[in-house]
Amino acid sequence: MLNLYTFLKYGFICIWSMFVVAPFLWALSTSFKDFQSVTSGATYIPWLQFEPTLEGWRVLWKTPASGGVDIVEPYFNSIIVTCSASLISILLGTLAAYALSRFTFKAGFIKNNDITFFFISQRIMPPVVLSIPFFIMLGYLGLLDSLVGLIMVYIVLLMPIAVWIMVDFFNKVPREIDETALIDGCNPYQAFFKVVLPNSIPGMIVAGMFCLIFGWTDFFFAFILTFTEVQLLPVRIVALNSSITPWWSLSASALISVAPLIVVAFIVERFLSKGNLSGALK
Amino acid sequence: MDLIAKGLTYKPEDEFHLNDVSFGMQKGELYTILGRTLSGKTTLLKTIAGLITPEGGRMLFNDQDLGQVPVWERNIAMVYQQFINYPHLTVFDNIAFPLRQRKLDDGIIRGRVMDSLESVGLTGFEGRKIQALSGGQQQRVALARSLAKQAGILLLDEPLVNLDYKLREQLREEFRNIFSDKVSSNSILIYSSTDPLEAMQLGGDIIILDEGRVLQQGPAHEIFENPANTRVAEISNDPAMNLLSGAIDGSKIVIGDDIKLAVPAHFKSLTPSAYTFGIRASDVSLHQKGLPFKVELAEISGSETFLHVQSGRHTIVGLLDMVQNFDAGDVVNLKLDATRLYAFGQDGALVSSPFAGDF
Repeated sequence: MLNLYTFLKYGFICIWSMFVVAPFLWALSTSFKDFQSVTSGATYIPWLQFEPTLEGWRVLWKTPASGGVDIVEPYFNSIIVTCSASLISILLGTLAAYALSRFTFKAGFIKNNDITFFFISQRIMPPVVLSIPFFIMLGYLGLLDSLVGLIMVYIVLLMPIAVWIMVDFFNKVPREIDETALIDGCNPYQAFFKVVLPNSIPGMIVAGMFCLIFGWTDFFFAFILTFTEVQLLPVRIVALNSSITPWWSLSASALISVAPLIVVAFIVERFLSKGNLSGALK
Repeated sequence: MDLIAKGLTYKPEDEFHLNDVSFGMQKGELYTILGRTLSGKTTLLKTIAGLITPEGGRMLFNDQDLGQVPVWERNIAMVYQQFINYPHLTVFDNIAFPLRQRKLDDGIIRGRVMDSLESVGLTGFEGRKIQALSGGQQQRVALARSLAKQAGILLLDEPLVNLDYKLREQLREEFRNIFSDKVSSNSILIYSSTDPLEAMQLGGDIIILDEGRVLQQGPAHEIFENPANTRVAEISNDPAMNLLSGAIDGSKIVIGDDIKLAVPAHFKSLTPSAYTFGIRASDVSLHQKGLPFKVELAEISGSETFLHVQSGRHTIVGLLDMVQNFDAGDVVNLKLDATRLYAFGQDGALVSSPFAGDF
């Protein structure tokens, strides 16, 4: 019985891993093909089934004048916008979440849960509803087609995620920890920064990871709110798609764009396995 | 009195958590707040700590109005029933935390931390992470932190309730030594508990709290011998004192149709009237010539048996020696020791006790 269970368990893991890993392998092999190799049927093994070439990768940092798409600048733009917006969202979101978790707010029928829902409701609305107000506001501020404008918009988009995750996290942190810190001589700010915040790092990492993923993969607002001065990676990658789809370059750009998220996932996993609140309240 | 509370009232919604609570406490003494769950014990401790601001009343500590002093400036330490520590700090840093907040000299901090660790039997654990400790050890760290602070008021909110039985017994015994050694005559020790036995064992004064009200305050033996009313009699005994409505009719105590007892000597001065009679479970025993009762439940607890029996509309719990096997529906003969009966008036107040006669 145990052997059958083990067999089924590992069988399922293998099948699931294939579903997860196969697209990466497919993209990796395609990124080393040329037009001829892509159109001559399904081939997977370099040197045996097709002759590998770096042309798909070279296109990514050639200038448009020399037939490339130059993703280097959009790549760094994406890093700046996503990291800045995520960092600010986490900082503001953590403070807002702590207040929503620990203090009672009441304005008529609106209470803490309603305010928390208000935050996350920003993510429930279709992006197109927000696009016109954002466009007009950034236009007024002279921030259309700028990194600062994009960072501001992304903060609006990412902070609800941070608030939502952190409220839930703080609700699970016993209030008695804050109270003990107060009794031990901390004022409320010291209690937050000396005791609550150091114990909230796992929650902040999770929230940060989600912010990075949502920020990094956004295409809609990056497309609507930028023109020629500033471009983010997803918009530039789509620009690759001309009359003949260059699958080799698309595959290379897809791999290079997903690489930071994979790195983040590995780092986060290490932190998450280390940090927890056991010992605060056994 | 060093800590004086006058008319503390806290009613956050429709229910009183504290209702006109007044008491006086002296340094060097141990006070146990005894009450059932949701009686207001934790609210009272948090009010003393300053975590809850009462809507009415005031507190004076060393003649200073505590209402003007924020939590972090009060000279108070508190141990919760949950094992509350700072998980990101080592054992040493946990205990040193309140001392560092006071910006004490490093040498003094080290001395106090090591001294506290020794008091709670955790010498050698100072470098460990909190997560690496057992539940009992974590609670010892919390206790050591409160001792190291050398606070004027030490609040212990059911600190043993989440420990297993053996550890609870062991720590309770150690508590007495720790308190007598470390909590000097400069501190007031306030311990809250739901367990009457624990309150009696700790000694000191007991404050009976029920639905936010102080029902009685006095030395442990006084509460045990002369509970002020029926509610105190229930709260301060485990199992709760049996309370039976009846009357004194001539030379007999008549309880319902079936229970008739001779009026004991300490009831002689009571006028024939209706009373509520109280008898502890330990004063109920098996006796061949006793009154017949129908068994509802027999709970075996170690070397004793809690026997729940019924007669008419009265249910009585008896605490019998040894393991006694009875099935529901069995009829047993029980003797209610009339010389240990209490009498409470129509308003529930104690009118006669086997220990002090009439009131």
